[in-house]
Parts: sequence; structure tokens; C-alpha cells
Amino acid sequence: MSEHIVPVRIYVTIFLALLVGTTLTVMAAFYDFPWQFNTIIALTIASVKATLVVLYFMHVRYSSRLVWVIVAAALFWMAILFALTLSDYQTREWLSSGY
Amino acid sequence: MEQQREAGTLGMWVFLVTEIMFFGGMFLAYTLYRSMFPAAFASASNHLDITLGAVNTGVLILSSFTMAMAVYFTQIGKRRPQILCLVLTLILGLTFLGIKAVEYHDKYTDRLIPGHLIPSAPFGPAVNEHGKPPDHHKLTLLTGATLPQVEMFYWIYFAMTGMHALHMIIGAGLLTFLLIYSIKGRFDPEYHSPVEVIGLYWHFVDIVWIFLFPLLYLLGRHLEHG
Amino acid sequence: MKAIESFETPRPSEVNYINAQYGLKSWLLTKDHKRIALLYLGSITFFFFIGGLYAMMIRLELLTPQGDLLQSTTYNKVFTQHGIIMIFFFLIPSIPATLGNFLIPMMIGAKDLAFPRINLLSWYIYLLGGIITIYALLAGGVDTGWTFYTPFSTTFSNSYVVAAGLGIFINGFSSILTGLNFIVTIHTMRAPGMTWFRMPLFIWSHYATSLIMILGTPVIAITVLLLAFERVSRVGIFDPGLGGDPVLFQHLFWFYSHPAVYIMVLPSMGVVSELVANFSRKNIFGYSFVAFSSLAIAVFGFLVWGHHLFVTPQSVYAGMIFSFLSFAVAIPSAIKVFNWTATLYRSSISYDTPMLYALGFIGLFTVGGMTGLFLASLAVDVHLSDTYFVVAHFHYIMVGGALMGYLGGLHYWWPKISGRMYPEGWGRFAALVIFVGFNLTFLPQFVAGYLGMPRRYHAYPPEFQVFNVLSTAGASILGFGMLIPAIYFVWSMRYGKHAEANPWHLPGLEWRTQSPPPTENFEVTPVVTWDAYEFAPREEIEVVGKFGPEAERI
Repeated sequence: MSEHIVPVRIYVTIFLALLVGTTLTVMAAFYDFPWQFNTIIALTIASVKATLVVLYFMHVRYSSRLVWVIVAAALFWMAILFALTLSDYQTREWLSSGY
Repeated sequence: MEQQREAGTLGMWVFLVTEIMFFGGMFLAYTLYRSMFPAAFASASNHLDITLGAVNTGVLILSSFTMAMAVYFTQIGKRRPQILCLVLTLILGLTFLGIKAVEYHDKYTDRLIPGHLIPSAPFGPAVNEHGKPPDHHKLTLLTGATLPQVEMFYWIYFAMTGMHALHMIIGAGLLTFLLIYSIKGRFDPEYHSPVEVIGLYWHFVDIVWIFLFPLLYLLGRHLEHG
Repeated sequence: MKAIESFETPRPSEVNYINAQYGLKSWLLTKDHKRIALLYLGSITFFFFIGGLYAMMIRLELLTPQGDLLQSTTYNKVFTQHGIIMIFFFLIPSIPATLGNFLIPMMIGAKDLAFPRINLLSWYIYLLGGIITIYALLAGGVDTGWTFYTPFSTTFSNSYVVAAGLGIFINGFSSILTGLNFIVTIHTMRAPGMTWFRMPLFIWSHYATSLIMILGTPVIAITVLLLAFERVSRVGIFDPGLGGDPVLFQHLFWFYSHPAVYIMVLPSMGVVSELVANFSRKNIFGYSFVAFSSLAIAVFGFLVWGHHLFVTPQSVYAGMIFSFLSFAVAIPSAIKVFNWTATLYRSSISYDTPMLYALGFIGLFTVGGMTGLFLASLAVDVHLSDTYFVVAHFHYIMVGGALMGYLGGLHYWWPKISGRMYPEGWGRFAALVIFVGFNLTFLPQFVAGYLGMPRRYHAYPPEFQVFNVLSTAGASILGFGMLIPAIYFVWSMRYGKHAEANPWHLPGLEWRTQSPPPTENFEVTPVVTWDAYEFAPREEIEVVGKFGPEAERI
């Protein structure tokens, strides 16, 4: 398995994309979107930026499936931590006696 | 050699998994308390310096770029640009830390360091009064926000950015080590696993900041006029 | 042509990993995984005795209903420190750092682990964490319980919480580095022909354990840091004064600490798989089921932590989810027990010391596991929580399970590790004493707990005294029983019978090299063409109960 060398133009493109994303997220932050969309937009932009860094700067796009599984596993485990803990906090109010 | 390189990369990825879970605990606390105290978190966040935060974000993104380029030049055997990129990455990292230090100092003068962490300056910021024109050095509390909840935000802010900064310092140390060995000519297209692997670490620290910035600095900006 | 004979055992030479180099420096700066395993063996035994001393103090105090031996504050420190030492400095590293370190490269046909220097580093980190914790103990102790619940630990305890937490935090890195090393090694360093499904089940269980170490330990790391930060700044995220929730600490704490119990028991299960198959001369029943059940335990183990929070303000609905998942996590463990039993059925069992420990494990772990189901049941747990029922439950798993597996594995692989045999008669005697002592210690605790005796109290109502006296008597027997192997293992290093390369006559790769092994493990990289537990020629393998000609009694 020979090592993949990512061409410079890809690095430059990703770098510019990251800067654009940062600008976008700052701009969007000042506009009052309805409901929770400010948060959703911010997290979406951050996730896209992170994905670009992971895939291209960290070479996961060109890495073995094992590396993909490792990254996915980490995200999945963080999701477990969040989901089950928040399942406690989000449902505490459900008991009717003002719990 | 190939198997060693693969092992090194795998090893760093496994380590990054531990880092993800490590920061994950703090992100959980943040998520929980932000959902519980939205007004306080927005108020506290708005008092952070968005310019410094955004500049720091740009600095880190640029440093990730230079780090990736350092790996690239090592892969193709161009030592001079490789060393230059490592130096730039290091300088940018130190710039980030410098700006962070400025921010922390501002928090200190504004009495925003939580609890009695600094015994001589316990938490106690000046708060803008309703009806009077807002002083930018003072904290503006949005409707529903209380000062203890604001203190909660700053506790989390210091825990998360502090831990992040600690990782940056370690990263700077690793980069220094890389620089020294690069100047000695220890890395070439055949063997450069440490450059790649430390690069992975550096990018990870960048990713943490990519999330920290909007979550800590931007969450309440749309309510600033509110 | 039998698969077993296709690999020649090399002629034993005088040079092995123990005498390859002499001098303290060659041991303290070694990169050899086998030497590092011995370094760990010495250290964890040391911590085990410290934890045991605390246990002795607990049992002595509880002989009488009055709190007459120790003050309550001292007693709090004693049980806290017993827990911290036993869990973090004995149980969690025990099998992985000693047997795992020693055997994993050998079982997959490799010369060493993927990162030998990181392996050594993990030992030094372990020592550093241990020294800091011992400092905390000697300087005045910790009294929060090993669970460090807030707000007592953050705000009200006057003991060395931060120091103890720091020791645990640092020790966590040792765990992480070990797990990292194992995962990368198993993925990248298997010998040619050693496919995943030819690996011994010992490796599968250590792989699963390593997954837990990697995914869980960082969370306790950050939790301990946040606890320390809160203690130092006097406010924090667990502090109701800021609107914080003390139960959040428990969520974060148990997110690691429940999977941690699987870190403690999975390696032991791996040992038991080896012992059951090898000492009954029969291929393990349902190899892939056992292999996958290890992974299932690792995954499911992360989904159940809320069962430690049933009696907190945790939402009842979350409690229901956690209760259901806690029942589910019992299934893969049960699969293992069924498969071991099916392996033993109509096989040729030799009741050597390792097998005695394995049999002990199967029975005692089953009791521990089943009593866990009582606790997983929301309503029953309200009654049993914080009583001695819980204490008995987890000791059945940790001592009756994990420790038995550890002792069984130590005996089984002792000839390989030291090149000597332990005295078999004493081995069986000690196993029996330990078994009797253990049950006498902890069985009465189930009853006492069910009848309402609370845990972590230094005094109790007189109606519980009979159970406590039985328990302390059992503890003395248990303690005596555990001294016996400590003595004869040391004795055997000088006076024990010299062991040949394959004293048990088994097909495992670790038995294909001399005892003790040379530093590089194998003189020639093996090429593996056989399955893990092939005891008989292929054409005879279908017949139940048949065994190959090598299967003589030792």
C-alpha cells in the first residue's frame, strides 16, 4: 500500500473553504433565525468544517476502512454519552407531580 | 517500514478517540447547562470578544493548513519548505496562545474568573443596569439570566478553553521536537511517520476549536439587540 | 498429518528473556513485553496486599455491631481506599498488564507489542499514579467512597480528594496506553496465517477490553479533572449554587465505571475460555459466539450505567431504559457460560489447579451475574441499593470472577513465564481454601443486605452480627488461602520443577516456544495453519470426547 500524497491545490481549496465557513458562521450568528435554527446552522457549519479537516487534512479520505471505522466509532460513542444522559434530563419533567 | 507507519497512524487515531471522549464529557456539560440556562449563557457569551475569537479561529485554520503542507513537503522530500511550514505552524500556534492569554487577562480584570480560583479576585463582574446605556466593559444580563448561571458559563468556558489551550501547549512542544529533528534531517519520504502523526494531533486540536468557537462565542449574538 | 505436528518446537537453549541481560537497568529500561509484564506483576501484587490490608481492617471493625475499632471518619477512609486501590491499581490492570502483556504477542506469533516503549511508559505512569495515591493515603486519606460523589467530594470532604483524584487520573493514562497498544498490535502484527478467527479467545477478550479502555477511561479522566477544578475554585458544574446538578457527576462517573467492571472481568473470561478448552481437551463450543459475545459485552456495557443512579433524581423513564438494557447486557455473559458448560460436557477434564479456578469462576460468576439482575430490576434495586447485597454482588464478580480467572491464568501460564512448575498439590489445596473462604465471606453478605444492612457503615444493628462474624471468619480463611500461592510461586522460582516448552501438551502458539521464552519469543516467525483449539486430527474432530495422543495427564 503506497502512501497517498494529496495535491497542494486540494489543501488550498480546503483551507479557503474553512475560512469561508468561518465567515459564514460569524455572519449567521448575528441574524435572528426562527426556533433553534441559529444553533442548527452553527453546528452544521462547524460539522462541515470538521469533516473537511478530517477527510483531507487528516487524510481519512485516502485511508483504510479501519480508520473510517475508528472515527465513526468515536462519534458513535460520544453520541451514546449524550443521548442516554440527556434522556435523563429531558424526561425528568414528565412526571406530573412537579418533580 | 510500511507496517510500522500503518501502526503509528492507527495508534494516533486510537489516541484521538480517547481525546474525543475526553472533550466529549465537557461538551455534554455545556449542552446540558446551555439548554437549562439559555438566557444566561447568551448573556455571558456576548461578553466574550468575538473579534479575538474569530481571529483565533482563522489562526488555527491557517496553522492546520501549514501543518498539512509540512507533511506534504516531507512526503516529497523538500526539506526547506518542510521546515518553513513547521515553523509557521508553531508561530501560529503560539499566536493563538498569546491571544488566549490576552482574553484570559481581560476576564481577570473584569472579575469573570469563576469562584475562588483566583483568591484575590473572586467572581464578581460589573453588570449593566436596565434602562441605562450599556457600558461595553460591563456584562448585560438578558431577561431570565442570573449571575450564578453566568458564572456557570464562565466555569465551563475556562474548563473547555483551558483544556484546549493545554493541548495546544503540548502540541507546540511536539512541534518543537519535530522542528529539531527536521533540521537534523531525520525525516525523508521514506520515514516521516512522526510528522504525519503529530499532524493528526494538531488537526484534532483545531477541530475542537472549530466547535468551541461557535458554541462559546456565537451562541447569543442574534440576541444582542434583544 | 496432524496439524499440531506441522510446527517443530525448537530445542530449548540456556538463553531466555529472564537471563538474556542482567542488572537493574536492563529491567527498568526494558522494551521486552515479557519483562514489562513481570514488572507489572510485582507492582500490582504490592497494591493487592495494600488493598487487602484495608479489607482486613473493614472486616475486623465489622466483627462487632458497635463502631469500636475505628472512628466513623477513619472507617470511611478505609473502605474508600480499599475500593480505590483494589479497583484502579489491582483489578483494572491485573490480567491485561500481566498476562495480556506477556501473552498477546506470543499468541499471535509476534516478537513484541506494536509500541514497546509505550508499553514501558505505561508501567511508569502506573507507578506514578500509584505513588501519588499512596501519598494521598498516607497524608491523611480520602473518605468520599471510591465513587467520589458530589457535593461531598467537591465541597464538604476535608480529605485528600484532589491528590487521590490526580493519582487515579494519571493511572488512567496507563490504562489507555495499554489498550491502545493491544488494539494496534492485534490489528497489525498477527503472524502469517493467524486470521481473526484462528486467534485464541484470550485475544478476543483482550481486544474487547482494550476497546473499553480506550472509549471509557477518558471520561473518568475528565470527570476527575472537573471534580478537582470544582474543588479548587469552590464552584462548578456539579454545584447547585450555580444551578448545577450533582447527579451529572454520577452520570459522567458511571459512564466509565460501569464499563470498567467489564474491563475487570472480560480478560478473566478470556482466561477461562483458554482454561476450559485446554483442560477439557475439547474445542471451545461455539467459538464465534464466545468471540462476538466479548465484543457485545464491550458495546452493551456502555449502555447501562444509569442502573447505578436508580435511587437518584434520575428520571424514572431513563431508569426504565437503563433497566431494560441492564438485563440485555447479561445475555452475552450468559452465552459465554453456556458455551463453557457445553465445552465441558462429555469432555476429558483434568482437574489441575487452573481448571479448578476456571470451574470456580463459572459458578461464582453466575451467582454474581444473577444477583446483578436483581439489582437491574428498578423496584428491587430501591430496596437493595446501598446495602450489603450490592457489596456481595460485585465481590462475587470481582473476586469470585475476575480474581479466580487471574489466579487460574497465573497458574496455567506460570511454567511459560518462569520456566518452573508450581507445586500442584499445594495449588489445588489453595484453590479449595480460597473457594471456601470466599463463599463464607460473601454469601452471608447477600442475606445481610437483603435484610437491610447498609453498606459503608462502621456500626450496625445487632441482628446483623451473625452474618458479619461469618463473613469475617471467611475473610480470614480467604486471606490465608491467598498467601499460599504467594509463597509457593516465589518458592518455585528457585526450587520448582523445571518446565518444558509445552508441559500441558497443548496446541496454543505460546506453547510452541521454550519455557521461559527467548526475548524475541520465536526463533522463526511461525506460519499458522491450525485453529486455536485443535486437539485432535481433523478427521477425528467430529467425534465428541475424542482427544489426541498428546493429551496425557501431567
